[in-house]
Amino acid sequence: MAFRDIFDTYNWQDIRDGIYAKTAADVEEALHKSTRTLEDFKALISPAALPYLEPMAAESSRLTQKRFGRTVQMYIPMYLSNECQNICTYCGFSLHNKIPRTTLTDEQILREVEIIKSYGYDHVLLVTGEATHTVGVDYFAHALELLRPHFSHISMEVQPLDREAYERLMPLGLSAVLVYQETYHRDRYKEHHPKGKKSNFYYRLDTPDRLGKAGVHKIGLGVLLGLDDWRTDTFFTALHLGYLERTYWKTRYSISFPRLRPAEGLAAPVSVMSDRELVQLICAYRLLNEEVELSVSTRESERFRNNIFRIGATTMSAGSRTDPGGYASELEALEQFEVSDERTPQQIAHMITSQGYDVVWKDWDPAFN
Amino acid sequence: MQPLVLRDKTFTSRLFTGTGKFSSPALMREALLASGSELVTTALKRIDIRHTDDDNILTHLDHEQFSLLPNTSGARTAREAVFAAQLAREALETHWLKLEIHPDPKYLLPDPIETLQAAEELVKLGFVVLPYIHADPVLCKRLEDVGVAAVMPLGSPIGSNGGLQTRDFLRIIIEQSSVPVVVDAGIGAPSHAAAAMEMGAAAVLVNTAIAVSPDPVRMAGAFRQAVEAGRTAYEAQLGQQIQQAVASSPLTAFLEE
Repeated sequence: MAFRDIFDTYNWQDIRDGIYAKTAADVEEALHKSTRTLEDFKALISPAALPYLEPMAAESSRLTQKRFGRTVQMYIPMYLSNECQNICTYCGFSLHNKIPRTTLTDEQILREVEIIKSYGYDHVLLVTGEATHTVGVDYFAHALELLRPHFSHISMEVQPLDREAYERLMPLGLSAVLVYQETYHRDRYKEHHPKGKKSNFYYRLDTPDRLGKAGVHKIGLGVLLGLDDWRTDTFFTALHLGYLERTYWKTRYSISFPRLRPAEGLAAPVSVMSDRELVQLICAYRLLNEEVELSVSTRESERFRNNIFRIGATTMSAGSRTDPGGYASELEALEQFEVSDERTPQQIAHMITSQGYDVVWKDWDPAFN
Repeated sequence: MQPLVLRDKTFTSRLFTGTGKFSSPALMREALLASGSELVTTALKRIDIRHTDDDNILTHLDHEQFSLLPNTSGARTAREAVFAAQLAREALETHWLKLEIHPDPKYLLPDPIETLQAAEELVKLGFVVLPYIHADPVLCKRLEDVGVAAVMPLGSPIGSNGGLQTRDFLRIIIEQSSVPVVVDAGIGAPSHAAAAMEMGAAAVLVNTAIAVSPDPVRMAGAFRQAVEAGRTAYEAQLGQQIQQAVASSPLTAFLEE
């Protein structure tokens, strides 16, 4: 049994119709329950729930504080490479984009480390495109060995790998892997990923199963909000999360909320998700699942990020650069997407503490790898 | 209130606390002082063990007032826990350890098999081991056999504020135990803490209910009072609730006929 066996029994259109048929009565019922189901989640992400944003936020805030306290965990991405053999219509690193390509050398990585550490970070997220020959498992293994002495928690957001590769990387310091399905709509997925290894929908869909079997400590899920109807896509994310929690019960999970943003050569979003809708979605996840980590990146605006952690987000990045070598600013590689919140990590930390929340830089120890 | 003796240490407070979930280290310190607690658990994973002098949590914990009880939260196996314990001992200079092995990150429920294995090994390595476990009376006896300093059964899942859902089993554990029983996890209100103490628990450990309260300092004080009241009532031999049934006509009257 893998998630695909469950996934294949669902019909996109039926789910979409079910969500849009939810009524105010369904929303109220979902709001007042103590244990919620995927049907309740559908009601909470439906248009019928938009008038209930304030009570949803209040409950989300309460549940988040109960589990996570008044704390926000901090991480920072480090882009190691923008080489990529995939065509993704929405991404700045896409193969057809004529941009300078680079993959960081050891010296360049260590210069990035120096700057990131000076910000106070102890959790780092490694990001690459997909260029198997130059930025494959051997490169990752080497990068982890270089980085491990400097960070307590290392996560990766790179191409999906085989189970054996994850098993090889874990003892080298890999704690978490983020792999976004982009969209659970099979035809839309093919439209947006016409070329490269990424065009294989099911290989990507199976990735969290491979990660779970390999025993990776934390798996990050998400979709690119805007590729298709975000409500239907996030229902499938929630379905995926529920399956994974039951099957790989020793693993922690996080969800991210990348909204489509401008990038060079990019297709415009099919549906644009508003700030109100993103708040609705974050609340809906929290009301469905008290334990899942919810992560908000610098793609979002200052105003949004100044408020969202009090509602339900548990994890934030700050001071992010989305180009390889961007912290040391030595290279002129193109960024993957445009950062919206450009404040420094210290400014963000101050913003968080001034609202009565503690900033957590370290919440893992290499002893557990 | 009698002091609590745990191995080489004597505690006047029977309220153990933790450092997690507070909105700032300064508020944490203020709340812990208000609680009167003398034993404070902190997760190794949150501590910068390479630079303990600069660590934001440790620098707020006055060693005169608080004994540190490092915990192994994050460990999924006995092997990981033993390794983490050794790091904690070296970095924090204490051989006291709250042994936590919860491979399930959702409800943070402890693994009894790994916990027993790790406890046995850690005792041999010279640790004072306080294991966090289910309210399982047989497991408590097995842990006692391998030499733990106390047992820490849960009242309900960590952070749930659910109270003493395991009451019947806690009662058996307290009755049978030769080591102090510290009720840990799930204590959400001072009344829960008082109830545990009235039952004869040696101490309780409270974190979430204090840290997440809108007023952690006052809540810490409330828990302090509740623990003292519960313990004092236990020592004064709280009257048992009596389930009395009175038959409407005497059942033994015929003997007098």
